[in-house]
Amino acid sequence: MSSVPVAQTTVESVEKPDRLGEWSGKSIPRKEDGRHLKGQALFTDDKWQHRMGYAHFVRSPHAHARIVSVDTSRAEALEGVFGTLTGDEVKDLSEPFFQIAPPPGGNLKEWCLAVGKVRYQGDAVAVVLAESREIARDAAELVEVEYEPLPAIVDGIAAADPDAPLLHDEVGSNIVWHGVYDYGDIDWALENADHVVKIDRLHFHRFSSTPLECNAAVVNWEQGTGVIEIFSNNQMPMFASLVIGPALGVPSNKIQFQSQDIGGAFGIKIGSYPQITALALLSKKLGRPAKWTEYRTDHMLSAGHGNERTFVDIQVPVMADGTILGVKVRAFDDAGAYLHYEPLGAVIWSQVVPGCYKIKHVQVDFTETVSNKCPTIPNRGYSRMQHLWLIERIVDVVATELGFDPVELRKHNYIQPEDYPYETPNACVYDSGDLPKALDLALGAVDYPAWLKRQEELGTGSGKRIGIGIGTTLDSGTNNFGQARIINPELPFSGNGEAAYAKLDLYGEVNLNLGTTPQGQGHETTAAQVVADILGMSPDDVNVTAGFDQRHNTYVAFSGTYASQFAVTGLGAAMGAAEKLRAEILKVAAYALEADEADLDLGGGQVFVRGDRERAIPFIGIANLVYSNNAVLSPELAGSVSLNCRHVYVPPFQVPDHEAKTGNLTLTYASQTHVCVLEIDEETGHVEILDYAVADDCGRVINPMIVDGQVHGATALGIGAALFETFEYDDEGQLMQSSFYDYHAITALDAPHIKTEHVQTPSPFTPNGAKGMGEGGGAPLHAVCAAIQNALDDGAPVVSESHNSWERIYRLINHEPNAPRGVEVVTR
Amino acid sequence: MSDERDPVVSDEGTAHAIEVTINGETHKRTVLARQLLVHFLRDTLGLQGTHVGCDTGSCGACSVIVDGQLIKSCMMLAPQVDGASIETVEGLAQDGELNVLQRSFNENHGLQCGYCTPGMLMAATDLLRRNPNPSEDEIRHGIRGNICRCTGYVNIVKSIKAAAEAGAGAAEEASR
Ligand code: FES
Ligand code: FES
Repeated sequence: MSSVPVAQTTVESVEKPDRLGEWSGKSIPRKEDGRHLKGQALFTDDKWQHRMGYAHFVRSPHAHARIVSVDTSRAEALEGVFGTLTGDEVKDLSEPFFQIAPPPGGNLKEWCLAVGKVRYQGDAVAVVLAESREIARDAAELVEVEYEPLPAIVDGIAAADPDAPLLHDEVGSNIVWHGVYDYGDIDWALENADHVVKIDRLHFHRFSSTPLECNAAVVNWEQGTGVIEIFSNNQMPMFASLVIGPALGVPSNKIQFQSQDIGGAFGIKIGSYPQITALALLSKKLGRPAKWTEYRTDHMLSAGHGNERTFVDIQVPVMADGTILGVKVRAFDDAGAYLHYEPLGAVIWSQVVPGCYKIKHVQVDFTETVSNKCPTIPNRGYSRMQHLWLIERIVDVVATELGFDPVELRKHNYIQPEDYPYETPNACVYDSGDLPKALDLALGAVDYPAWLKRQEELGTGSGKRIGIGIGTTLDSGTNNFGQARIINPELPFSGNGEAAYAKLDLYGEVNLNLGTTPQGQGHETTAAQVVADILGMSPDDVNVTAGFDQRHNTYVAFSGTYASQFAVTGLGAAMGAAEKLRAEILKVAAYALEADEADLDLGGGQVFVRGDRERAIPFIGIANLVYSNNAVLSPELAGSVSLNCRHVYVPPFQVPDHEAKTGNLTLTYASQTHVCVLEIDEETGHVEILDYAVADDCGRVINPMIVDGQVHGATALGIGAALFETFEYDDEGQLMQSSFYDYHAITALDAPHIKTEHVQTPSPFTPNGAKGMGEGGGAPLHAVCAAIQNALDDGAPVVSESHNSWERIYRLINHEPNAPRGVEVVTR
Repeated sequence: MSDERDPVVSDEGTAHAIEVTINGETHKRTVLARQLLVHFLRDTLGLQGTHVGCDTGSCGACSVIVDGQLIKSCMMLAPQVDGASIETVEGLAQDGELNVLQRSFNENHGLQCGYCTPGMLMAATDLLRRNPNPSEDEIRHGIRGNICRCTGYVNIVKSIKAAAEAGAGAAEEASR
């Protein structure tokens, strides 16, 4: 056996505080629900400002075209129109956005409106501001743009061809990033394996979680102070700020993001910074706040789609006993027309190189291209689910081709409970887990033996097929931004963190604010639970500020809500701030009660002497002493407490090795194991899900009800993507699904009842034992594809698409007798 | 949140005087012929609990009840509701207290981001009036026109079922 990489990552285990318990771990109903149920929430389109105008973007009907001229005169002449902004003006007034990619990909120039050329259908060429939504939309129609159409390229692999139509002249080709990830010794494994399974092509499709609330913002470039006030539903405002500031040439302290309620985001709402930049310029030019709410069609065309990835020349060395030694593959990721957050997707998948398995030898030749399609943006399961889908497809194809039972093959190759902390071939450290147990629980929940029996009994001639599929997946969370250096060693990014601020208010009330921008994950509730435990009170009495406001919330550059990390970073910060506040409260109480701090305890909003509850001081008394009665304190004490405590949680990371492409890229690895039982109608390809179960492991659970809700949501979106939801372009680059008519978002009738099971393997690396979760790793795509394959006969082609419409399933079932199967086994 | 907004003065087209009762309160307004009911509720009256999630009548975020009928308010024009009586999410709670259905959504985690919630509540209210004891299947049919991107519908179905069991349906039927 060749050499296995030398361990190079150490992660310190965390000493757990012992104070979580009374409230943490309970399914307490959410604090945020009341305002939503009464119709009193504040979403961005609910925001209104005096003198505000409504913005509407003028979008390209072409996938690729030179802009010959833009004439806004007819629009400006319309009664009720305040003004317009075009790409030419933007070019004068702002700088192109900074690029994450190194040159030549990093030479790409993108402004907040198209300059010179449009590169996808929906690319914004101008924006109009008017008195009402209706007038703004009418006026946008009156903007006359002359285009000279250019040939479009819509295939991400063909885009890499040197002769393909070129999107960005300054890049010189459509390849914006390329790198080879090479771990272990794949050549050795391919030479020494008993079998090599070769799969021609697997394609992971474009789709989006399409949050029900579209992107929106109200932007006011305050003329008096020069401050740009942005009330928006952007979910990663500090990243947006880092991008917008240099583009507009304003310091970050003049950019003030705010949000309250956000109607779902799923990663997609990271991508609204170009529009926000354009609104800022529009607001400055016209001296008015500019309000923009996407129409659904705008959203479908231009808000961002999930990454589309094609895997080719897949080679899998396997031993006779079923041990999967490695994977060799070429991957092409299609980023669409511009790089929004990309090419980070070209490294983020490597958080989960071996998936859930002890695969040691991996070589991925990774290319990212641009094409004439909507830019991609992180979408729930970002970049990892594409890779995990590849690995899960491989496991099932190996099982089918070599005659292994898919359950036994998984258990044989799984990382075992005793292997944790487990170091992957690229030096990531999986913190904890029990995958065999999770699989047994999920199989038990659907009564797997009974379904196997049904499947057998059904036999041929019934016109129906039953398929059973498993998807084991990882939800890696709390990422190390140092992985950006694997893309571009010049980037000054590493680590991660989140901030929180706890204070005792004037009458002793506890208040907490966070740097996060939740979109339904219940942060107000879970943060109140951990703080309540630390301060000995009820979560009802912990006020957590709703929403994020840069003027008074605390934050770090990583702040926001994305990438499955709140339970670690957000709660880590909240717990740290509460611990600091607790220490100050104890200090003041010890002075007031003339007791030793070690003899004091907190409970019911009071500090009392252990064993003598009569000797107590309520929080209101503490607040009084510090805020309005401080002459009674000793000068040392008065000078050393503020009852205003900020904490930044910093996860234990090192800078990855960008040359070897190794390092600990994420702190936690939640897992989800899905089992899907479906029935296919042979005549129509119609699919019905008969049973569905998920076993989830996200370490210590703070609020089980909220965790289950996240599991349900991720599952439904994944099933939707697997069966109903897809963005496809025709050869001219026209999007074929631009409303909820064509883009069939999964409904209550399509979605199955989802059974949930739980494994809890606490993370040794986090402050509370919890692991971030919520993205779900695209598990239903894995499970549904496996179930479809399982329903097909042995001569059927490999299920090579992540999206399987009924028509595609029909074709798979009714395949030509000698149709190419897309797979080959070479046995020594 | 009933801050009324500056009227739009520059739009062309006919203006209609309408009188409409919303959650028991009568409003007289002049509206433009092309204003959608949902924008009349949200932008003109400041009743912002009713949401917009699409522009094609597909998502149900804008669901309200007009004269006893569940409708999508993005598919209706404001002048069409002249003389009508409308129920919106703002009218569900009584004296600030959540009703049985709302409480059930809270207890069963029937909402995450909350954006679909007002529409879901109106669809469920309508369903329970017609069918006080719906099966899971009937509930799923009842909300098939309402898209939720967060919950996978599991806990919405559970919330409506629990509300029916707690008597929400019977109360709704009686209130007709
Ligand atoms: S907004 Fe009315 S159905 Fe979507
Ligand atoms: S709770 Fe977010 S769309 Fe339903």
